[in-house]
Amino acid sequence: MKLRWDTAVGVLLVAVFLTGLGTTDGFASRDNLAFAFNDIAEVALMALPMTLLVVAGQVDLSVASMLGLGSALTGQLWDAGWAFETIVPVVLLVGVAGGLINGWLVTRVGLPSLAVTIGTLALYRGLASVVLGTGAITDFPETYAKWAVDTTTVPGTFLTYPVVLFIVLAAIAAVVLHATGLGRSLFAIGAQEDAAYFAGIRVKRVKLLLFVVSGLISAFAGVVFTLRYGSARADNGQGFEMLVIASVLLGGVDFDGGKGTLFGAVAGVLLIGVLKNLLTLNDVANEVQVIVTGLLLVASVLTPRLITTVSAWRHRRAAASTS
Amino acid sequence: MKSSPARRRAAATAAAVCALAVALAGCGGTTKKDSDNSGPARTDAKADPGAPLKKGLKLAFLPKQINNPYEKLIDQAGITAAGEFGGKGKEVGPSDASASSQVTYINTLVQQRQDAILIAANDPNAVCGPLKQAMKKDIKVVAYDSDTAPACRQLFINQAGSEEIGRSQVQHLAKQLDYKGEIAILSATQNATNQNTWIRFMQDELRKPAYKNMKLVKTVYGDDDDQKSFQETQGLLKAYPKLKGIIAPTTVGIAAAARYISGSSYEGKVVLNGLGTPNQMRKYVKDGTVAQFSLWDPKKLGYLGSYAAAALASGQITGAEGEKFKAGKLGEYTVGENGEIILGPPTVFDKSNIDKFDF
Repeated sequence: MKLRWDTAVGVLLVAVFLTGLGTTDGFASRDNLAFAFNDIAEVALMALPMTLLVVAGQVDLSVASMLGLGSALTGQLWDAGWAFETIVPVVLLVGVAGGLINGWLVTRVGLPSLAVTIGTLALYRGLASVVLGTGAITDFPETYAKWAVDTTTVPGTFLTYPVVLFIVLAAIAAVVLHATGLGRSLFAIGAQEDAAYFAGIRVKRVKLLLFVVSGLISAFAGVVFTLRYGSARADNGQGFEMLVIASVLLGGVDFDGGKGTLFGAVAGVLLIGVLKNLLTLNDVANEVQVIVTGLLLVASVLTPRLITTVSAWRHRRAAASTS
Repeated sequence: MKSSPARRRAAATAAAVCALAVALAGCGGTTKKDSDNSGPARTDAKADPGAPLKKGLKLAFLPKQINNPYEKLIDQAGITAAGEFGGKGKEVGPSDASASSQVTYINTLVQQRQDAILIAANDPNAVCGPLKQAMKKDIKVVAYDSDTAPACRQLFINQAGSEEIGRSQVQHLAKQLDYKGEIAILSATQNATNQNTWIRFMQDELRKPAYKNMKLVKTVYGDDDDQKSFQETQGLLKAYPKLKGIIAPTTVGIAAAARYISGSSYEGKVVLNGLGTPNQMRKYVKDGTVAQFSLWDPKKLGYLGSYAAAALASGQITGAEGEKFKAGKLGEYTVGENGEIILGPPTVFDKSNIDKFDF
């Protein structure tokens, strides 16, 4: 018997969802489901490149700060009278630049990604404050805002457009991770970087690409966040990096690299989102919610290790009894 | 000299994004020329001042963050008041005071079909979308303590006129400092609506000739977090050795600042004034760290909020200027312009009266 953790998280997600349907008024309403999933759209989007990074044994802690920088830029340029159609590509470029900085520091200077991105977490958040200062900028164009809010859904469903985008990108990320040579090289780098290098994988190039994609998507998440709340601020998305990483770990992606599935990470994000919505609907205090999430995380890190230990012990016992 | 794959890739990406930008910009630009600045939320409903207060109204208080001691007082008094007219109140809220954290709760309260949401906004605009949704579904929205954009609520329960609060803070401190010296402000979060309005009035007051020998050297933000406020106070006093006075217009901030100053070398050299609660500040007033501070009675604010929300939900008022309603034992109140209802002037607390209050 071998139950994989990511399957377990998927089962747990379905169970929580069904519990919600059965017990809680208003949970199943289209408005609520649209809101619940849209509410984690940015975290979910940033969790995709994060999954690939963690599989390759890397981490990007600067994602939420890049979201904030994207938001601050969107606001400041909009306020300066730029056309929104010009602002978005510029913000994406800044995301790419931020990703390049992370990637270069990791690959050229050879620093560990944890150290580099703790630095750029502060740097990009600081830049966001420089760009926008302490205020908030509002009144974004309805033309675009309506695509981000939870009141606009694909007709007949509860899927909002940021969520649809997430589904599309998640499908692409799943194919990349599990069905391409690039995906296999990520696992190889995460498992044993030197071996991967000697096997002919361009380790530096792959890593750089991952950080660039992460920066790009985080900056875009900044645009989505800004439109969704109708408020551009330098401190938008503060602390989201922890939510993103927690979701990925909850989905059974191994922080040591080399192990994990995209399905697990997606299930992890959705579980955190659905659980938050369900607990809030039932007036469960925030402190308790944090404890629940924490316990889930500890379980997700511990359980696979426990399973391994128990099966090894069984093996030993079986071996001992036959000899 | 080989061009590295990474560099080539970066250049390609940049080129692609630029091309995209040009392509998009070609579609004609959407710029901010067409923003709408609507006034307070309006309903076409007619007010019926004679309508009885409905029984069994469900009111939900949504503070900036759930462990804000000052707003907890307001909310609890409001919940108690709801009991007076046969309603049911509750308090829910986020554990951090960020703009986005309240939105989840608003959505939830809409799903729970509350009759009214009373909110102290962390950001005047981030909560707008969901509040407008709530009003569409005939859930009444009343802001208190920290206002939303006027279009996103029907009423705002203001503790005192913002101008009066802001100016009186400077007037009180100036008297204590004999109108000279460097001063600083320790605020809550950088975007708190109420804080920023008060600070604007403080700055305006300081421009008057009477204050020509006083200088506002810095405004720092403690995020309504005890530890951060403590550290910011420490930083201020280290960075500005000539500092003579600090205004902390936030209950969390003033308590943290008092704790730092009390027993430090700055005690007696730096005057601290601001907005605080008697229970938090009692020992600092008694030991002489702080001579005076001010606040309005948060319990009355919550009480008034509950009655205003009930009057709104029962159709006695709609939020239009000039409408009148009776707020239980506080008597009659009138809706001012922009749906504002003013509670009354703040109280100054010092050694002589602090023991008369317990909150």
